[in-house]
Amino acid sequence: MDFLGAFSWINIRFLLQGLLITVEVAAASIVLSFLIGGFAGLIRFIKIPYLSKIVGIVIDVIRNLPLLLIIFFTYFALPQIGIRFDIFWSSVAALTIFESAMLSEIIRAGLNAVPKGQMEAGLSTGLNFSQTMSIVVFPQAFKAMVPAIVSQFISLIKDTSLAVIISLPELTHNAKIIYGQNSNYVLPMFIAMTVLYFIVCYILSLVSKFLESRQYNY
Amino acid sequence: MLVLLSNYGPSFVEGFKYTLFSSILALFFSLIIGTFMAIFQLSKNKFLRSLAKIYVEFFRNIPLLIIVMFCYVVVPLYWFQLDGFQSGTIGLTIYTSAFIAETIRAGIQTVPAGQMEAGLSSGFTSSQTMVYIILPQAFKIVIPPLGNQFINLVKNSSILAMVAGMDLMYQGDLIASETFNTFETYIIVGLFYLILTLQLSYLMSNLEKKWAIRE
Repeated sequence: MDFLGAFSWINIRFLLQGLLITVEVAAASIVLSFLIGGFAGLIRFIKIPYLSKIVGIVIDVIRNLPLLLIIFFTYFALPQIGIRFDIFWSSVAALTIFESAMLSEIIRAGLNAVPKGQMEAGLSTGLNFSQTMSIVVFPQAFKAMVPAIVSQFISLIKDTSLAVIISLPELTHNAKIIYGQNSNYVLPMFIAMTVLYFIVCYILSLVSKFLESRQYNY
Repeated sequence: MLVLLSNYGPSFVEGFKYTLFSSILALFFSLIIGTFMAIFQLSKNKFLRSLAKIYVEFFRNIPLLIIVMFCYVVVPLYWFQLDGFQSGTIGLTIYTSAFIAETIRAGIQTVPAGQMEAGLSSGFTSSQTMVYIILPQAFKIVIPPLGNQFINLVKNSSILAMVAGMDLMYQGDLIASETFNTFETYIIVGLFYLILTLQLSYLMSNLEKKWAIRE
């Protein structure tokens, strides 16, 4: 074990660059999946005949597939039918596909948790459907969703480590490169990776807990 | 797709068996560890409580891949030999047990405190009360969330592919690189996973609905 050599400035900087990519991919995916998942959740919430059913089935299928399979699929299988991304965007695409299915369930549950009377009250005061949705129902639903979305973000950050399989230069990948040079670096790199992931995820989980505890203090 | 399935069917089934075997092993052991960690988290002993808390918080906040790679890379380097299947299953067990501990702890806490007091006052020791009175009630509450954890476990078992664990994803990867037919191979792999996970998730949502009506 060679801690001094392993934690040289160059190596630490390399790890931090990896962490930056990890956070970038996770952030890009959570934003995209909030949009797509929000749309899908809304379709299921307002129950359009057939369309809502189909969206529901697609979501169920995606939710029940392993993320690793989806990553493989977007990177190796989609080019076969002519859809090509670079490594960064195919990781983002895979995580977005997976995460929008998760988020759409959270958003639907959040919308369902808002009492029906709110919707009726909005409509009867003369707002039209989309106004009621965006001004009355959604803000209330959003407050209830935020802790769940933050914990999805935590699992997303952990899941970006799977993109090492398509050599996305994120934290795990960079640590692998460093300990590949010297077997004395293996344990120090594992400790560094663990500490970095833990710090980021633990802080976020504290944020989520804090938001959850604030829910009831109206 | 049918050609692929008829040529490589046995490999898919072989991988499916490993996935199933690894998931069941990991579920069994993580249920045991998770239950103990949940009880420790609620115990009066300060040492046990902080041990369980650290265990749960630590393993819930690091990626599964790191635990699995630790078992596959670091453990053989310094201590003893583990193959891909073993290190994958051990990693899955550790990771899932942290989540199961949280689920069971939440379940135990929903059992009214009066039950514990009633048990104690009718002459049971506190561990007897736990085993005969609290845990049976808690388990009924946590079965649907535990089912979801099991679905996650089956999905997470695909991580074995990254350490050559012979599972379904690994076999699919081998077949894809042999036939260059990635698209159809991964769809078949996906269907195999859905056989397991989709049924489980429908079973769980039905159970949840049934029990919600009864209560």
